[in-house]
Amino acid sequence: MATAPALIGGFELPAGPRLPRVGSVDAVALEERAATLAKRSIKRESKLQALDLAIRMMDLTTLEGQDTPGKVAALCAKGMRPDPLDSTVPRVAAICLYPNHVEGAKERLAGSGVKVASVATAFPSGQLPTKLKVAETRAVVELGADEVDMVIDRGAFLSGRYSKVYDEIVQVKEACGDAHLKVILETGELGTYDNVRRASLLAIAAGADFIKTSTGKVSPAATLPVTLCMMEVVRDVYHETGRMVGIKPAGGIRASKQAVQYLVTLYETLGPEWMTPDLFRFGASSLLNDVLMQIRKEKTGRYQSGDYFTID
Amino acid sequence: MAQVEKRTASVPALLEWEYAPAPEARDIVQIRERYGLFVGGEEVEPRSGEWFESISPSTEEILFEAALAGAEDVDLAVSAARGAFDNGWAKLAPAERAKYLYRIARIIQERSRELAVAESLDGGKPIRESRDVDLPLAAAHFFYYAGWADKLEYAYPNRTPRPLGVAAQIIPWNFPLLMLSWKIAPALACGNTVVLKPAETTPLTALLFADICRQAELPPGVVNIVTGDGTTGGHLVRHGGIDKLAFTGSTEVGKLIMRELAGRDVRLTLELGGKAANIVFDDAALDQAVEGIVNGIYFNQGHVCCAGSRLLVQESIYEPLLEKLKRRLSTLRVGDPLDKNTDVGAINSKAQLDRITELVASGEAEGAEMYQPDCRLPERGYWFVPTLFTNVAQSHRIAQEEIFGPVLSVLTFRTPEEAVEKANNTPYGLSAGVWTEKGSRILWMVERLRAGVVWANTFNRFDPTSPFGGYKESGFGREGGRHGLAPYLRFE
Repeated sequence: MATAPALIGGFELPAGPRLPRVGSVDAVALEERAATLAKRSIKRESKLQALDLAIRMMDLTTLEGQDTPGKVAALCAKGMRPDPLDSTVPRVAAICLYPNHVEGAKERLAGSGVKVASVATAFPSGQLPTKLKVAETRAVVELGADEVDMVIDRGAFLSGRYSKVYDEIVQVKEACGDAHLKVILETGELGTYDNVRRASLLAIAAGADFIKTSTGKVSPAATLPVTLCMMEVVRDVYHETGRMVGIKPAGGIRASKQAVQYLVTLYETLGPEWMTPDLFRFGASSLLNDVLMQIRKEKTGRYQSGDYFTID
Repeated sequence: MAQVEKRTASVPALLEWEYAPAPEARDIVQIRERYGLFVGGEEVEPRSGEWFESISPSTEEILFEAALAGAEDVDLAVSAARGAFDNGWAKLAPAERAKYLYRIARIIQERSRELAVAESLDGGKPIRESRDVDLPLAAAHFFYYAGWADKLEYAYPNRTPRPLGVAAQIIPWNFPLLMLSWKIAPALACGNTVVLKPAETTPLTALLFADICRQAELPPGVVNIVTGDGTTGGHLVRHGGIDKLAFTGSTEVGKLIMRELAGRDVRLTLELGGKAANIVFDDAALDQAVEGIVNGIYFNQGHVCCAGSRLLVQESIYEPLLEKLKRRLSTLRVGDPLDKNTDVGAINSKAQLDRITELVASGEAEGAEMYQPDCRLPERGYWFVPTLFTNVAQSHRIAQEEIFGPVLSVLTFRTPEEAVEKANNTPYGLSAGVWTEKGSRILWMVERLRAGVVWANTFNRFDPTSPFGGYKESGFGREGGRHGLAPYLRFE
């Protein structure tokens, strides 16, 4: 079993010739920058391009106690062919669900290229002993999950027990094997951007393939400034070490306009290399229909009512 | 543990994402072929019989003709202002004066889209800035000083404030409407009347403001606007009928004005050039400091008297900061000022472009190292790529002279003492910026920096409630806040 190296003073990156500074974040200036980026005006072809990309980057999600095999089946169908009337609309990146539905989804999505992402590690609270979290991770991977969305132990993080958080991520990462690991920071519970920056570095150092903002169960979920803050960490890590880490804002992104704002922020912060589902995802459930509506509007010049888009 | 790897993308990334043009509609502003002078509440033909053209610096197209006011025209304007002062404005109940100012403020807000487009067309600044900075601030100044109009006695307890009379005001081309507001709002709030001369290259919004005065039913003669060039300004400065002169512009002209007014009973405030130091300590939030540096020098193409044109970086973070800064520079979008996605617009005039070009050449000749991002510039119009100089010595011209363009000189320091010493080592003293997470260090720096405004962890942030003005060759007198009232008052 993997063990974490001793951490001097907390949480320096173990990797790389030159360690990135943990650094700090100025909240006012960060929010101002995000607001400026949100004002970019994206029109016509560039908008269509963005909307198409937003679908390809989408982790279509259902994480409810009331989820049934039927609901999951419907979501899988939607993910593979989002717009029954327009075959040029691409498929989504993944379907994100609870472990119970991994097998069912895996079957339905076989051969489609749409991945199965499962939450794990006592989502959404993370309040479970480490060994059970690791066992849960192993189980979902065995059931066929291509991607694992874990939550960090916010209690440990906020009380300063960074090595506990780090060790846990390292062990979960190992349990993932080939499955991609997304680490949910639950930024809405971290309180400050400084904490978000710190937690992002910690997760990346421990081996996260993606860092993800939220479970969607806590408000605020993803915001543009918090995602920008995480992008800046990813950029620092890339420039220090050459390692490319993905980012997934999740929760609260319901409108195409918001999705385009995230893509603008991504483009102007990390550049075109990050404009791929391998490095950026949207965690969303209701965003897809709005994007479809906008695509149809861009293509036909007219808005159509909600009745022309399937509710799944 | 976590191995370093460069993941190969299984899904190809977008190579480039071109933003489609997103121009603000230009037809919201109706520009006439010709504009006369605004004297005594009427638009009048110039007695001088002369006109000059105003062009759009982003296309070099001729937008309109404005009157070039001669000595006689200036005299008429001053007489109109004097008449309005004597015949009621000064004696009007202060709360009534306030009503006019509130009215003007609201009309500016109502017509803000039109004014923003006009500002960007005539001056070349990006619509994003005229829309989000110039216009809201211009309206805010009128609102703020409207509030003071009937509270002057509370601003100066146990004294009796009285207006001065006719205020002559000469404003620059970098923030045409905003500078007009900085000047006119406090002057009127204090009970003065005004003759304002807008800059030669950017008279449009002042001429539209004349229309706003009529719309607000401001009594005739309270505000007069005389367009023209330096000679018009000269007539105004030399006119015997003015009681107060407020000038914002170059240090060179400021000195001429001061000579001219020596020995005359005319109150003077000058807001002149600057060569501000933006000081970044190693504990600053780096990504946000980079934003502040960019906003400090590339905002409004660097046509800002308080621009953070000298970057002082603590040596221990010099490399990572420069790396970040250069990367950020390459994402600046230079081009059509009316495009909503433009970050850096056109240089205001050919003359200014020549001056920037000359100073940048001197920087290269003196041995500083120049960095410019790849950048496609439009073929017509006046443009300059956002530029950064490293290896700059304190003795280089680019570290001493005001460039007034998108050009940043980067210097380093090791200790806070050295930072203060270098920051103060300039004939100017208008503004400065300090970037650090440490509150006590901010206060320590503020006590020692000789600059009228010191920003901490931000830059180029303005507010009508905050006084603004300079030390040394950056001028004297304060505009904004309660301090901004004093230059327009005498005390009995």
